Amino acid sequence: MPRYLSMIRIDEQHTPRPEDFTPDFQQRMGALLEEITKAGVMLDTAGLAPTAQGTRVTWSGGQLSVTDGPFTETKEVVGGYAILQAKDMAEALEWTKRFLRIHPAHLSVTSEVREIAEAPGAS
Amino acid sequence: MAGTGGTAADAVEAVFRIESARIIAVVARIVRDVGIAEELAQDALVAALEQWPTTGVPDRPGAWLTATAKHRAVDLVRRRETYARKLAEVGRTLEDVPPPEPVDVDDIDDDLLRLIFTACHPVLSAEARVALTLRLLGGLATGEIARACLVPEPTVAQRIVRAKRALARAGVPFEVPAGPELPARLDSVLEVVYLIFNEGYAATAGDDWLRPALCEDALRLGRVLAALMPQEPEAHGLVALLEIQASRTAARTGPDGAPVLLADQNRTRWNRMLIGRGFAALERASATASAVGTAPGPYALQAAIAACHAQAVRYRETDWAMIATLYGRLAAVAPSPVVELNRAVAVSMAEGPEAGLPIVDALAAEPALRNYHLLPSVRGDLLARLGRPAEARAEFARAAALTRNERERALLLARAEACGETPGPEGVPEA
Repeated sequence: MPRYLSMIRIDEQHTPRPEDFTPDFQQRMGALLEEITKAGVMLDTAGLAPTAQGTRVTWSGGQLSVTDGPFTETKEVVGGYAILQAKDMAEALEWTKRFLRIHPAHLSVTSEVREIAEAPGAS
Repeated sequence: MAGTGGTAADAVEAVFRIESARIIAVVARIVRDVGIAEELAQDALVAALEQWPTTGVPDRPGAWLTATAKHRAVDLVRRRETYARKLAEVGRTLEDVPPPEPVDVDDIDDDLLRLIFTACHPVLSAEARVALTLRLLGGLATGEIARACLVPEPTVAQRIVRAKRALARAGVPFEVPAGPELPARLDSVLEVVYLIFNEGYAATAGDDWLRPALCEDALRLGRVLAALMPQEPEAHGLVALLEIQASRTAARTGPDGAPVLLADQNRTRWNRMLIGRGFAALERASATASAVGTAPGPYALQAAIAACHAQAVRYRETDWAMIATLYGRLAAVAPSPVVELNRAVAVSMAEGPEAGLPIVDALAAEPALRNYHLLPSVRGDLLARLGRPAEARAEFARAAALTRNERERALLLARAEACGETPGPEGVPEA
């Protein structure tokens, strides 16, 4: 049963306002997260601090360079992640769709779902 | 180009797999029979496969499937004649089954628990419990179960049909046992999950050393169970044990598929997230046990032993004294020759092979271990470390003859072969 990393990409220039997260949204999201956990599917999930507090370190041409956030040139940045264990991509996508559907209609959120590569036997 | 994320049928199948246990559980409460419930759940899936491609996938696909299956169940119970016929097929009469409970009470968690306890009921053989649990709760198709358990598909199909009949014949009520009956029945459930995991973790027969898919199915079942019974220390203990054991999967097999023993594993390949989850589950096991004032049970103790291994960044840093103590406590609450054998290994690592050998020799006459390959394997290891290579070689050869796993046989033969060389403190049988 493969594991999947779902990277939740958001547009930092248009972050949702607090009023977007109505008590109803919070309650439905809480219920879904509980359901995914109870299904034994959710292994780990968290939101990330804004890129303003992030730093990129790059190794290129034998040199290190350091860039502090915010990363305004990137339209969408990873704002959170979830690690799911599912039978297959179809199941991981179904849970992802359920997660996205809870969000208010005027928000734009992307979940990029990627299988975590496990290379058995390479020691 | 818009992606599809697979075909429409894939999406329907995925929804069904997510929901199937819950659909069967809800329906079983209405029709009072898991076999009939499974049929009705399948009917709902067929209806979805027919309708969704034209109508589109509903907003709440799980709710749609459950409602459809429930509707058919209520219908069936109302048409008493058909219901009576269906029950007769599984060897029951309307008189045997209690009237259905009001269908507007929806406690899916409770229904799921009833389904788990029914599938793991002690009237069934261990094999039947495993097959039925994988089928009804793991959502595995018969073919998948057959491949996982290395038995022909018709055998599994037969096993499942017979198990459903046996439950019906025994008049097993669709309920979670209460009061004094609960602990024993919970043991039976935990044992099934553990059996499934072990079948994947130390494949007892065949060419593979490890069938990770089965381990993952078991782990998922264990996680579901612990979430449904958060007050049960041993449910958390079992999950802790499985999470930590599963964390070693990538390191347990070499590039050629051969088993790699615990001593030789590349520990950077252990999955830290699973180890972290295991430790968290172990803490829950210990907190819930303290809350009800009980000592750690066998699963929590085995998880604590696995945690000791997980904490050692290098093999030589393993706290064998602690592990030997924990095996002693395990032997006190759940005595078994296998536990004693493992305690011998831990003692030999903590105090030297001469301290472990008497414990192993005391097990020589143990009938339960007569054909257990790990007894000569451990004895061979201790003899090799004591500088008695000829005797060690004989033990390894005996162990190789006893194991049913081809990979393990090769490993044991190699160890017998190596007895001509300088013996070093080597592998512990558990990997």
